[in-house]
Amino acid sequence: MINVLLWLPLAFGLVGLFLPKKAVGWWATLGTIATLGVAIGMAFGFDSGNSGLQYTVDTPWISGLGVDYSLGIDGLNLFLLLLTAVLWTGATAFAAFREQERPQLFFFLMLLAETATLGAFLAQDLLLFVLFFDFMLVPFYFLFGAWGSDRTDGGPTASAATLKMMIYTLIGSLLMLVAAIATAIISAHGGHITFSIAELQHQGLPLGSQRWIFWFFAVAFLVKMPAFLVHGWMPDAYRAAPLPVLAVFSGVLAKVGAYGFLRVVLPLFPQATAQFQEVVLVIALASILYGSVMAFTQTNVRLIAGYSSVAQLGFITAGIFALRADGSDGAILQMVNHGLVVAPIMIIVAILFERTGTEDLGKMGGMAMRAPVLAALFLIVALATLAMPGSANFIGEFYILNGLFNSKIVFALIAISGVAMSAYYALRLYQGTMHNRKPDGVMSREISLRDGIVLAPLVLCIVGLALYPQLILHRTDPSVQQTVAKVTGADSPETELASGNTTGVAIGSGKLVSSSEPKE
Amino acid sequence: MTFHEPHIDYAGVAPIIALTVGLVVVLFTAVIKPLKRTAPFLTLVTLAATAGLLIWHWDEKLELITGALQLDNLAIAISLIAILMAAVCVLLSIGEPATEEAGSGEYHALLIGSVLGMVLLAQASNLVTFFVAIETLSIPLYILCATNLRREGSLESGLKYLIVGSLGSATLLYGMAFLYGGTGSTDFAGIATGIVHKGLLSDPLILIGIAMAAVGLAFKTSIAPFHQWTPDVYQGAPTPITAFMAVATKAAAFAVFLRFFLVALGPQVDQWAPALAVLAAISIVVGNVGALGQDSLKRLLGYSGVAQAGYMLGGIVVASESGTSSLIFYLAAYAFMNLAAFAVVVARERETIFGDDIRAIQGLGASKPLLAWPLTISMLALAGLPVTAGFIGKLYLIEALVEGDYTWLAVFIAVGSMISLAYYLRVVAAMWMRPGGEKVPGGTPAIAGAAPEADPIDPAASRRWYLVGPAALAAAATVFFGIIPQPLVDFASHAGASLF
Repeated sequence: MINVLLWLPLAFGLVGLFLPKKAVGWWATLGTIATLGVAIGMAFGFDSGNSGLQYTVDTPWISGLGVDYSLGIDGLNLFLLLLTAVLWTGATAFAAFREQERPQLFFFLMLLAETATLGAFLAQDLLLFVLFFDFMLVPFYFLFGAWGSDRTDGGPTASAATLKMMIYTLIGSLLMLVAAIATAIISAHGGHITFSIAELQHQGLPLGSQRWIFWFFAVAFLVKMPAFLVHGWMPDAYRAAPLPVLAVFSGVLAKVGAYGFLRVVLPLFPQATAQFQEVVLVIALASILYGSVMAFTQTNVRLIAGYSSVAQLGFITAGIFALRADGSDGAILQMVNHGLVVAPIMIIVAILFERTGTEDLGKMGGMAMRAPVLAALFLIVALATLAMPGSANFIGEFYILNGLFNSKIVFALIAISGVAMSAYYALRLYQGTMHNRKPDGVMSREISLRDGIVLAPLVLCIVGLALYPQLILHRTDPSVQQTVAKVTGADSPETELASGNTTGVAIGSGKLVSSSEPKE
Repeated sequence: MTFHEPHIDYAGVAPIIALTVGLVVVLFTAVIKPLKRTAPFLTLVTLAATAGLLIWHWDEKLELITGALQLDNLAIAISLIAILMAAVCVLLSIGEPATEEAGSGEYHALLIGSVLGMVLLAQASNLVTFFVAIETLSIPLYILCATNLRREGSLESGLKYLIVGSLGSATLLYGMAFLYGGTGSTDFAGIATGIVHKGLLSDPLILIGIAMAAVGLAFKTSIAPFHQWTPDVYQGAPTPITAFMAVATKAAAFAVFLRFFLVALGPQVDQWAPALAVLAAISIVVGNVGALGQDSLKRLLGYSGVAQAGYMLGGIVVASESGTSSLIFYLAAYAFMNLAAFAVVVARERETIFGDDIRAIQGLGASKPLLAWPLTISMLALAGLPVTAGFIGKLYLIEALVEGDYTWLAVFIAVGSMISLAYYLRVVAAMWMRPGGEKVPGGTPAIAGAAPEADPIDPAASRRWYLVGPAALAAAATVFFGIIPQPLVDFASHAGASLF
């Protein structure tokens, strides 16, 4: 079952290479729907009380090197898998409604990207994770570079922008490969080398190694998000990317970085995590502030969404590095939430671009006039983006802030400003496009039925989650508890770190919580 | 005084005999008119027979000719890589002007001669066979580089290679003399015991000898800073020969590099390992930075070869079984990756007026996907991206390095791969992300590597099976061993284990 989930998109993509141009888009959409079906089926069969891995597959892959083909689902990745399947379905369908150049290759790459992304979420072997994490970029490189649009204002071309993205993100990834191998070898103490994340957790690493390995991983994840300081690739790449591809890229790929912290960094390098907690929190807060402020000032609608993602991912990182179960619960919820809002925004941007021929906020406006449905859908998305009470985003942010308040109150106070700022840029985006004065020569047109079919289910997911966020929280919590306990169970930064086996009681100034209190 | 005829294991030397016989036969076809066209075919037969005889000895460990040669899995693995490259070189040479100008028989006989040198070198375990083999390998190559008689670049390439190669050989020979002087033995095992027994561990004489031998080998494997000849020679030589040189020479030289340093100089690992590690690091940086601005694909691959040699040297630095295995794995993967790339370059060289300039492949993704895919896969694999043999090769090497406490070199490899993305992806971008068919206004373009003779000589080159076939197969192998690496890992670990 889990193998089907992983390889089904690729199988559809390979067959699609040999289909006629007209059919391939539908075939690809069918593939993503089938994948979504498998994912939903697995979510139904998921045992929510269990904190361990389910649906596991584990066979040796390269036995000489200790690499296993090991997959599994637990509370940490279940909903990210669903998110991946949902967004890919939406984006693929949206692209299928439109003419694409060389469609066979385009949809093959889309589906290849889905398999790679699912693989990164599913992998339970450290090296397999690194492999999928790196490989994810390859299809996106081609999609951005070959189907993207060159800038008309003399900025870098699509291929230059993607090259920059590749180099940025692979700086982290290749160092991560070294770090992953070092983790396995140092943990093995000369014995049998294994990359299994579960086994590596038991073996443990000396703190000296944890420190540098932590940063090798952290940099890879922070670049992918992107976080402040390492976000340099984002503006150019976002401008170049074709919008349906950007919807999944922005909606899912950024989350792989945050997920990596939960899956790899917290359990494997607990002492280093505790030690560098504040450094990462500073980066996270800087991302929130920088992302928000940049989102205020940008006029390109893609970049508003892009910079808002920087801010949101900052929130998610902060939630994880609160090092409390509620913070991480909130972070996972927020990853799903953010994916569900940013992908529709990208699709709406594409729809608006077709109507106005521009992506400049200053030249848009008045789109709501004849398009009440489009406006309503966008309004829901915008309100969710600004974490309106009642939306799942509100609950996610609440959990994150709650966790942060309990561990690092100063950081929490600063992070709150991010919530306020998100209201500004989300409303500015909505007003600038939907209200305001309509520029001359631009027609307000209602969303077409076909695009409605794509957009409405995504918005429905947002509404559904707003009504019942426990759907996620309930299932993620056991796994999150276990992951966070790895760090809180390890030495706190105040105690003697080198001693290695005295059990710390507290993290920072916070208390050790055993369960996140049910909310609402 | 009586002379005892040394015992010769004819089964063991059979591969060498096969090559020698093949060489003579192929050379004869040059003078017998009706047989002129058969040279490529006979060459392939010779190579196949040699490969068969080598595989027959797999998992054996034979000392041949009183210990001058050692036929073990390491030697066989490396020889097979060299033979594979030579076989593909024969295919790529079909229709190459160089074979016509130099004479098909002579061209192929020289190629076999070079392979003979490589097979010998891979087995060499004595300073004398070592040197004889390296010369047997090199001299035919000096000539082959210059076989494109009408092109100035080719002659220059041959001459340059001759001069630099001779310098390398001389340095190597000088180093050998020092080692023999110090230890009194030409035998690798004898040198090792000599060093230990005579207490020469930090004897300056021996250290100078080691340094000079290392420099000589660095010339042959094109490790920086002894790589300056590489881009020029690669660019000037006929492209099939470049492909052959890029991989086979490197493989054979690395085989003896391994045997010489791990067996003969094994006791002194603490002295030479850090020095080689520094060479590897320099090579990685110089190769990757040098490749950045190259417009000629052959020069680009030349510089990339310098960087890749740096990665591979890491496998020797750690002086361990896993290091040796990882080096052999990488060499095998490197053979596939380069084959795919060079086959496409050959095809485009014959088809367009751009020679090996990067413009020759512009827009290839849309117009000739059958050529674009192999080159794309090759570039991604050379850059070390996952789902290719290149990724597994890097993984294997880095694992060996970290195990051997050379994590810093592993980080160098990672950083080097990152720099390399900039030029490998430039090639990929040229194929997929730029409109093709740029029309050049009349006359021949003034670009590097495209002499007036670079006019298309075979407008249908991209449909020739002997060009597309090897490219596609090599690319398929690159991906296959990226997904199912176990067979190649087993092959490499068997070969690596034979030294220990």
